[in-house]
This record gives sequence, structure tokens and C-alpha cells, in this order.
Amino acid sequence: MSREQYQIPTGNSQPSYGSAAGATAFERRDFGVDNSNTTMYYTCGDCAVRVPLEKGAPIRCQKCGARVLYKERTKRMVQFEAR
Amino acid sequence: MPRKPSQAELEQRNIVGIEAEVVTNVTSTDYPLNYPGEDHSWDIDQFRDNLRIKFHQNDPLEASFSLIGVDASIANAFRRIMIADIPTLAVETVFINNNTSVIQDEVLSHRLGLIPFRGGRDGLHKFLKWWKKPTDGSSTEGTHFDYNTVLLSLNVACTHNENADEDETDPTKLYNHAHVYAKDIVYEPIGRQTKYFSGEDAIAPVNPDILIAKLRPGQEIDLTMHMYKGVGSDHAKFSPVATASYRLLPTITLLQPILGNDAKKFAKCFPPGVIGLETVTRKEAAKKGSGYEGHEGELKAVVKDTMKDTVSRECLRHAEFKDTVKLGRRRDHFIFSIESTGQWDSDAIFLESIAHMKEKCRRLEVQVVNMVR
Repeated sequence: MSREQYQIPTGNSQPSYGSAAGATAFERRDFGVDNSNTTMYYTCGDCAVRVPLEKGAPIRCQKCGARVLYKERTKRMVQFEAR
Repeated sequence: MPRKPSQAELEQRNIVGIEAEVVTNVTSTDYPLNYPGEDHSWDIDQFRDNLRIKFHQNDPLEASFSLIGVDASIANAFRRIMIADIPTLAVETVFINNNTSVIQDEVLSHRLGLIPFRGGRDGLHKFLKWWKKPTDGSSTEGTHFDYNTVLLSLNVACTHNENADEDETDPTKLYNHAHVYAKDIVYEPIGRQTKYFSGEDAIAPVNPDILIAKLRPGQEIDLTMHMYKGVGSDHAKFSPVATASYRLLPTITLLQPILGNDAKKFAKCFPPGVIGLETVTRKEAAKKGSGYEGHEGELKAVVKDTMKDTVSRECLRHAEFKDTVKLGRRRDHFIFSIESTGQWDSDAIFLESIAHMKEKCRRLEVQVVNMVR
């Protein structure tokens, strides 16, 4: 599989922390996503409500009926330097 | 037999002259071979006798003191060490899980980095060590420990406030968490950090009311941060001082008496408290050649406190004072002003700068010895 290919985010792409004698190492922290269900959430373009959409469901807000839905931001961790 | 300059001459050399358009006598001349026949070699006993430190103000966040009897190079070294060489703890890496606020990730990270934090002094200065970023670009995996990394998290989401009035317009009442403040940052102690940073000593922002971002319902910020020790020469966020500066003590010398309304006008040329007004006594008026003859009971201007002077040179703009007053600054009297950001006590910053200077000298000494060998 090529490196550029899209990879479904899993809970394992996280920085981990080592350990040494006498020092307490950091716990493993889960920076990944919750991929337990296949429902995707979108944001309604009109009323800004969170709309759950199953695969194949009509693209429509359940609250106001608007047909413009926006993708949510990825839950993947991004690292920045505070500079 | 070395020549001995008179006290008045020494005094004159020690004053930087300030005139209407020029500053004269700016360089110090008290070094060997500058004056023929005079011995200006550095002497530890003479230095010890002349050195004085006098505190004017000593609060945790602000200190002001006079450092008297050192060369400008030494005073400046202390100032630079205080700004750039004393280590503090600051946010360095930000791991953003989610940020749907209007403020961009990069800007948010930068803002978080600039927030000053406080914590137990013992833990901050003794327990915490440096974290070194791998220079070869390899993974930082296995480099974070309780003695070099402090973990913080910020997790806020804005929601509608159901209890708000219907015609409420204030966003802070209309929504929960409309404003994200520094106090929303949560410190997560790890390992031995619980021993050093608990209760009063916990890592917390010095100013809890720093506004980090503004949110609207549906927006959230979810991130964790790593704090490391660093120095101001790397990034200003690591500088322990808001500012550390010095100025030279101003001098005001009256060459002729200033009397009556002139004295009032003269006092107005300076900030309040610099020039005082006194009445000419009978004794002074009786003294021949003092300039006070026949002026008993009149007001005269006297120099009260030159420390308060800003050296605006306003008095030199008036023709009547131009030749009656001499302004200057004392070359070896440094009035330091140190504002701490809160991680150190302001006076401790100065003491630490002296320790740093000693350490630098010790390192230089080794090199000099090596060079001579």
C-alpha cells in the first residue's frame, strides 16, 4: 500500500512515551478516533445542528430539512509548536 | 609615585553630561593606561568597598533597586542574563484533537505558549530538568518523563444556556463557556510531580483571566499540551521577566541660586518631588558670595530627589535656566527595574542572574587556563 493512500484513522496512530528506571513514564494517551460505529456526523448548513447520517441515507437535516450539510473537522490529532 | 586625581576630578569623570542637544562624556575612562601616571588597575578590595546595592521596592512581581559601583558592561550583562538566560517553564508542544473555534490552530498554539505559569518553586527550579528535542529529527518517543515534561489539557465546549433570559444579549450569559480563559487549563500531574506540584504548588496560570479564545454553541476546543523548560534566548515566552531594564541616576547641579518665581517655574520643569522650594534663611542671606545676599525670606529651588527625574531636559529650553543648571547622569549608578512574569520572585531573578554570571566566568576561566597552557 502506498504511503500517500488514505488510511482510515485508527486508535493506534499516537505518540507513546518510554520509561526509564526511577522515572515515571507517561501513560499512553489515546489521540485517535472512536471508530466503533459507522454513523458519520455532519453539521447542518442552516441550523448548525449535528446530523447523524447512515451510509446511503438521504442528505438532509432531520431538524430543519436543509439539504446543505458540512463535514466535521477530522478528529485526528495535529501537533503544533507553541511558537 | 602614581598621580592621585582630586575628588572633584573623579566626580567629574563619573558624570555623563546632558546638554540640550548633545550627551557628552559617554565612555568610561577608569581603566589602566588611560590617564598618564594614574593607577586604574582593577582591585578586588576597592571594588568591594565601592559596591553597593540598595532596594527601593521589592514585591513578588516587581523589584527596583540601585546597583552602585559597577561598570556598565557588568550591569548590562546582568540585564541580558535576566532576559535571556534564566530558565522557565512554558508550553512548547500542543496536541490539538479538535478545534472548531474561529481561531486557527497555529494562532491558538502560539497564544497558549505565551501564557505564564506558576508552580512550586522547589519543583520548578530543582526537580524539573531540561527536555532535549532530538536534533536528528527522530521520534520523541521515550523522551518524556515526569522530571522533564509537564502535561496540561484544555477541554471546553460551548453550549446554549437553557436558564438564560429570552432577551439576553450578553454572550457570556447566553452560552456556557463562551469565553475560554487561562483558568480552564487543567494540570495533569504525573509520577513524582504530585509530590512537588500539589495544592498551593500546583502548576497554574499566573493570571487566570487571560482570554484564550471565544466560542459559540457547537464549537469546542480539545487539546493537550506539553510544557518544557527553556530560556529566553530561544523564545521570549521562556523569559522570566516582563521586562528587566536599568537607567542611570540623573544628577541636577545648580550653578547659581534660583529664587522667587523663577524657582517655582524651575520646579515645574521637573516631575513632582524632584525640585523642592525652601525659603532663604537669614544665615544664608548673610553669607557673602553665596548669591542669596538681600534675599532673606524668598523662595529658592533645591534639588530634592533626582531619582524621580525623567531627564526631559525641559529646563534647558528656558533661557533663564540654560546657564544656571547642569544636568547629568551618574555613570556607575544603575537603577534596575525588574518585572517578573510570576514564575520567579522578582528579586530571585536578579540573584539567579548573579549565579549564572559566576558560572559563565568559571567556564571562561577554564578556557583561559587552557589557552595559556
